[in-house]
Amino acid sequence: MKRVLLYFSIGILFGIIMIKSEAASWFRIYEMFQFKSFHMYGIIGAAVALGLVVTQAIKRFKLRSFFGEEIQIPSKAKLVKAPLFGGIIFGLGWALTGACPGPIYVLIGAGYFPVLIVLASAILGTYCYGVLKPRLPH
Amino acid sequence: MNLITEPWPWYIGGPAIAVVLFLLLFSEKQFGMSSNLRTLCAMAGAGKKTTFFNFDWRQYRWNLVVALGAAAGGLLANNYMTDGTVGAIHQDVVLQLNSLGVEGAGKDYMPEAFFSTDAFSNPKTLVLLALGGFLVGFGTRYAGGCTSGHAISGLSNLQLPSLIAVIGFFIGGLLMNHFLLPCLL
Repeated sequence: MKRVLLYFSIGILFGIIMIKSEAASWFRIYEMFQFKSFHMYGIIGAAVALGLVVTQAIKRFKLRSFFGEEIQIPSKAKLVKAPLFGGIIFGLGWALTGACPGPIYVLIGAGYFPVLIVLASAILGTYCYGVLKPRLPH
Repeated sequence: MNLITEPWPWYIGGPAIAVVLFLLLFSEKQFGMSSNLRTLCAMAGAGKKTTFFNFDWRQYRWNLVVALGAAAGGLLANNYMTDGTVGAIHQDVVLQLNSLGVEGAGKDYMPEAFFSTDAFSNPKTLVLLALGGFLVGFGTRYAGGCTSGHAISGLSNLQLPSLIAVIGFFIGGLLMNHFLLPCLL
């Protein structure tokens, strides 16, 4: 139960950050792909720069979690075609709806209810990928 | 600058996202928001017919809890932590969007035409939202992650597939933004 509250609180923090930083804003995503503003690049760049420090420190010093276990960070599958083709398909949808999977939930909570359609079709898209997976190049 | 009511600059937002990554890693979880779509499929019973969804989704309930929290955070921030202003959008972008018939850049958080309840009575908008959502859901799972899982977590962990995915995000995003959106809107 404690852990559920912890994950819920992290989610709340994430939601607030997405709204306040405008990373969930359709206009900001549009502006980013037009290369007219540093805002989104600054957000992603700063997050990765600090994330690198955190992630590499965990690995180098074998840091322990809040619960005392050694932290495991799984590697991504060593593929080329799947991240490239999947990434392109994702990018098309991201630039169209302005919503990545995280902001989908944030925007629904914020009251932009048409995003429920985005969520429903994203679930359908994930389902279709699961069905087609054996036939797709990876 | 009032951090409660005013929009955040990138140098607050970016590091704050790294804090979320930190909190999830130290809670023995990963920062990747798209996995919950797969969890939802498995919960709905998709694992009976498709092996990709045949796993114990109960182990992944935490990512649905994070998603619920994210929705709660969105509700809080959008209703109680704003003075109604949004960050300035570049004037060229405002004019260009106006010429495409999209109003509200630099004034509203989201284009009302697509994201207010009016959208439910506009079949074209509904089709575009559904199409975009489908591409997001399909692409993110095919790529093995989204902006959080690949761009933030994966790049922080120096994963080559994540760099390839991020390049893919931009190829697709630029194609949509520069060539397809002007025809679709």
